[in-house]
Amino acid sequence: METAGRKAMDALRLKNLRKVVGYALRTPFYQARLKAAGITSPRDIRSLKDLARIPFTSKEDLRECYPNGLLAVPMSRVVRIHTSSGTTGIPTVIHHTKEDLAVWTDLVARSITATGAGKHDIFQNMMTYGMFTGGLGLHYGAERVGMTVIPMGGGNSRRQIQIMKDFGTTVLHITPSYMLHLHSLLAECKVTLKDLRLKKAYLGAEPYSEDTRRKIEKLWQIDAYNSYGLSEMNGPGVAFECEHKNGMHVWEDVYCVEVIDQRTGAALEDGREGEVVFTNLLREATPLLRYRTRDVAAILKGACPCGRTHRRLARIAGRTDDMMIINGVNIYPSQIEAVIMQVPEVGNNYQIILEKSGSLDSLTVKVEISSGMFKGDLAQIDRLKERIKDNLRASIIISPRVELHEPGSLPVFEGKAKRVVDDRAKL
Amino acid sequence: MTHIQLSVFLENKKGRLYDVCSALGKQGVNIRALTVAESDNFGVLRLLVKEPHAAAEWLKREGFVVNETEVVALEVDDKPGGLAKVLGAINKHHINVEYMYGFVEPLARKAIMVFRFDDPAAALTALKADHIKVITSKELGSI
Repeated sequence: METAGRKAMDALRLKNLRKVVGYALRTPFYQARLKAAGITSPRDIRSLKDLARIPFTSKEDLRECYPNGLLAVPMSRVVRIHTSSGTTGIPTVIHHTKEDLAVWTDLVARSITATGAGKHDIFQNMMTYGMFTGGLGLHYGAERVGMTVIPMGGGNSRRQIQIMKDFGTTVLHITPSYMLHLHSLLAECKVTLKDLRLKKAYLGAEPYSEDTRRKIEKLWQIDAYNSYGLSEMNGPGVAFECEHKNGMHVWEDVYCVEVIDQRTGAALEDGREGEVVFTNLLREATPLLRYRTRDVAAILKGACPCGRTHRRLARIAGRTDDMMIINGVNIYPSQIEAVIMQVPEVGNNYQIILEKSGSLDSLTVKVEISSGMFKGDLAQIDRLKERIKDNLRASIIISPRVELHEPGSLPVFEGKAKRVVDDRAKL
Repeated sequence: MTHIQLSVFLENKKGRLYDVCSALGKQGVNIRALTVAESDNFGVLRLLVKEPHAAAEWLKREGFVVNETEVVALEVDDKPGGLAKVLGAINKHHINVEYMYGFVEPLARKAIMVFRFDDPAAALTALKADHIKVITSKELGSI
């Protein structure tokens, strides 16, 4: 399936698209939506091009359907429920049948295998278990592969390091910010890289830059693979990097991926950045058609040397929700990260603070320095600060205030990092 | 004869100076001389202690950012014009001073000035030629 030709794949996708439209039509929500678009039966989908006739589904739609409004099967067939964290309001709910979970698990297993890992690997899962899909999603996929799974969950950093050492962990699933934090604790735990057998890390759950990946690979002497998923589309295993680490293969036999202009909704060609939209072709309990993820990325042009025919999604540039408007300029936190992680003297953590000063917005970037860079010289630190400021100004136009901090002094996140503090609304 | 000064990067946060001093106190390290250079949201604490390598290792373990910096300590007469005499010699030899700080030893009626030169070795040769007394680590330890 991974190297299937376009024609065979599209035939399969059409069959599955019809099936998922059939499931969607069982919910009052999609009955009304699809009827307005002239679709009352799966037979109205004649080719894959008809996907464009289906209206988008938004996060708000999911919230309005809370808790069971999008359920397309009897509750007795549902074997698991996941919800989003709901930090921004009512959570979104995804129900799964046994078959839905089997599809998800297979895709995660396929993703793990694509990175070259296998049953001889020891897999330590540092993502939070529970409603968050990062924990259980990778867990069952790794078991399907036959890996030895250590279900640590998030947090408890010193114990994580101890377990990595004692059991010879070879593969981690972890957020990039937590991966950087753990490295800063190695010395204190009296553990060196030689004591570990780590080879790979799957990094996901938050946007991060290519420089952060390189930094993690260098610090830990491992290969780091980018992982993408969202609970609305099951969770991790939607798109994953293969051994070539140059973009994440979207498993197109199961997901229809589109990139659209976030203002007009118009489809964008491959190579252009926009909001990513997914249709889950194989889900019975919660069929979602053309779901707007709010994630911003591009589909990469061209083929991957690995031979897989599934198109690749570029690194997520940000979330439409994450976009900051600072004095009228649109900036994603990832742009700031990309600049500061290029500076060798910068340590493993940073924070972005937005405030009002008078009628203007002010941007402060707090950066931890790396302990080895300090030469005892005040002027050196002042120059470093100026350099970071100049680099940021060149990249994002806005001139920020830069503050340098001691390693380990900025807030640490064991799950998804919350790096932006926006105090403007409170005024 | 140069000495090792500990330079500690400290962000400007309440209690941070106390943290360093109390960490050193716990380890039985006596502070000989201390000065703080400050900038916007951070400062550099400069310390002379008896066993600088051990103290630096200890502070690093406690999570501080520490650099060991080479400095020169000179004896200055504790009377008007004493410091000017030393600085005159430094000037004459075109030695560049990055920063300096001092402390007074009341009983001996001497003051000690600590200098960070950009080229400590060249500075020492020049000062010796001008008969400026350079403090040895033994002398520094006995203060």
